[in-house]
Amino acid sequence: MTTTSGPLATRRLILQGAAGVALLGLGNLPFGATSALAAANDKYPEEAFKQKSEADAIKALYGKTAEPSDKVKLDAPEIAENGGVVPISVTTTLDKVTSISFFVAENPSALAASYRIPDGTIPAVANRLKMAKTTNVTAIVEADGKLYSATKEVKVTVGGCGG
Amino acid sequence: MKARFFLLLGSVSAALVAFALTSPRVIAADKVDPAADAKAFQDFFFQKFPTVKHDDFVNGPYSMNEDMKRQWQEKEEFPPYEFALDAGKEMFATPFKNGKTYADCFPNGGIGIRQNYPYFDEKEGKVVTLELALNRCREANGEAPYSYVKDEMASLTAYMAFTSRGKPMDIKIPDDPRALAAFENGKRYFYTRRGQMNFSCASCHVQSPGERIRAEILAPALGILNAMPIYRSEWSGMGTTSRRFVTCNSQTRAVPLEPQADEYRDVEYFLSYVANGLPISGPGARP
Amino acid sequence: MASSIRVRATANGDITEVQTLIQHPMDTGLVKDSKGEVIPAHFIQQLKFECNGKNVFVADWGTAVSKDPYVKFSFKGAKKGDDLKVTWTDNKGGSDTTTAKIS
Repeated sequence: MTTTSGPLATRRLILQGAAGVALLGLGNLPFGATSALAAANDKYPEEAFKQKSEADAIKALYGKTAEPSDKVKLDAPEIAENGGVVPISVTTTLDKVTSISFFVAENPSALAASYRIPDGTIPAVANRLKMAKTTNVTAIVEADGKLYSATKEVKVTVGGCGG
Repeated sequence: MKARFFLLLGSVSAALVAFALTSPRVIAADKVDPAADAKAFQDFFFQKFPTVKHDDFVNGPYSMNEDMKRQWQEKEEFPPYEFALDAGKEMFATPFKNGKTYADCFPNGGIGIRQNYPYFDEKEGKVVTLELALNRCREANGEAPYSYVKDEMASLTAYMAFTSRGKPMDIKIPDDPRALAAFENGKRYFYTRRGQMNFSCASCHVQSPGERIRAEILAPALGILNAMPIYRSEWSGMGTTSRRFVTCNSQTRAVPLEPQADEYRDVEYFLSYVANGLPISGPGARP
Repeated sequence: MASSIRVRATANGDITEVQTLIQHPMDTGLVKDSKGEVIPAHFIQQLKFECNGKNVFVADWGTAVSKDPYVKFSFKGAKKGDDLKVTWTDNKGGSDTTTAKIS
C-alpha cells in the first residue's frame, strides 16, 4: 500500500484529535484548510457497520435522526432483477452536503455504504448493493449538519446472500 | 394419420402449432427446410412482440421489460463482464508454449468471426462450436483444454464475441444430409420435454418469454446465443453457452448432458441458425 | 497482474465524472461454500479518490456492497490530463491503488 506518505499520516492524526473543535470554526477557514480537514476525517465507521437495525446504525454513524425530505431523490428499481446487484443512486438539491449514506433495512446489518462528500464534489452517488430480501432502502444526506432522508421499497425475490 | 400427427404436435407445444400454421412446409416433417424454419421462428417472435425492435431480441429479458432494461443500462455503463473481457484479450494475445497463438487456429486471426460459429465441419461430419474450436486449438498446440463452462473459456469467448459485436449472425448449413440432420436433431432437442418439470427449452423461451418465472423474466429464444458468453448476477460470474445449456437442463430438473455433447452442439447450431441476421451482442450481462 | 481497479474519469467543463469498477469478492461472512464451511467476510472497507493533493471522494463500505463493486460520482475543479489516484483497503489488510488520467 502506497497511499499514505509519512508526514501526511501524522498530520491526519493530529487533525483527527482536533476535529471536533476545528469543525466549529470551519466556515471561517480558507479553502486549503477545509480540504485538509476533509482529508483528515476519514476514519472507517466500524461501529456503525456492526449495528443490526437501521435506527441503531444511523445513531452510531451520525448521533442524530433524519427527517424525510423531497429534496433527496432516491432512485431504486421496484423489483430487483437480482438481490445481489441492485443499482441504487441518490441525488439532492440540498446545499452544503458533507455525506451520503445508504441503509438496507432488512439486511443483517443495515448500513451498506457511506460516502464522504468534500467541498467541490457533487452530492450524487450511484452504486450497487446487496439485499437479502424485499426491503426498504433509505438514503440519508447530511447537509449543513442536519440529516435528510428518502426511502423506497425494493422487492427482492432472489436473495442476494446465497451467491 | 396426418390429423393425428397434428394433434400430437399441438400437445407438445402451442408454439410449434403456431409454426405449423404460419409455415405449412413444417407440417411435412419429412423434409428438412432450415430456411423456412428460421423464417417461421423469427416471424413468430416478431408477431408476438410487435413493439420490440428486431435487433433488440439479442438483449434477452431486457427487450421485454422496461424496469429491467433500465437496471441493465445502468449496469452497462461499467459492465460486470469487463474483467473477463480484459483477461480474454490478454489470453488471446499470449502465445502457447510452442510460440503459436489462438489467432493461428482461426480464420482472420480469430477477430470478428464469432458470427460464423457454430459451423458444420464436413470432414468430421459434425457441428463445431466456438468453445470446442478453442479447446481443440489448445490441444493441437500441446496445451490442456479448459473447462467449457466458465473462467478462461468465458473470457476467451467474451473477447472473440466483443470483436464481432454488431455483426449479423451468419450460420451456414451446407447441402449435406448430415448437416441437415444435425439441424433437425438440434430442433428436436429444443422442442422435446424432459426432466421432472416436463419442460422443453421452448416451454420457457418460445411460449413464455417476457413472463416471470419466480423473479426472473424469461428471455426469448430468438437471439439468445448472440449475447454469449454472459455475466449472470445469479452466478456471480461469467458463463458460456455450455453453462447456459447445462443450467437450463438442471433448472427444469432434467439431467444435463456433458458440455459439448452432440445434442448441445446441434441445439446450438439450430438456435444460432434461426437467429441469422440478428447482431452479435456478446459478451452480455444478465440477472 | 492487471490492476483490480478500473477507472473512467471524464472531464466535461468544470465537472469530472468518475466511474469505478473493482474486482473484489465482497464476501459477507454469511455464505457457506460447497463443503458447508463458512466463507469468512472479506470486503473493501474504504475506497479513496485523490486529485491534485486532496480527497475528492471517500467511500466507507460494509458487506452489503455488491461483488465487484461499482460507484459513480462527479467533482469539480479538475481538468483533462490531471491525475486521479484511487486506493482501496479491505478488512484483511489487502489493498490496491492505481492512478488514472482524467480524459
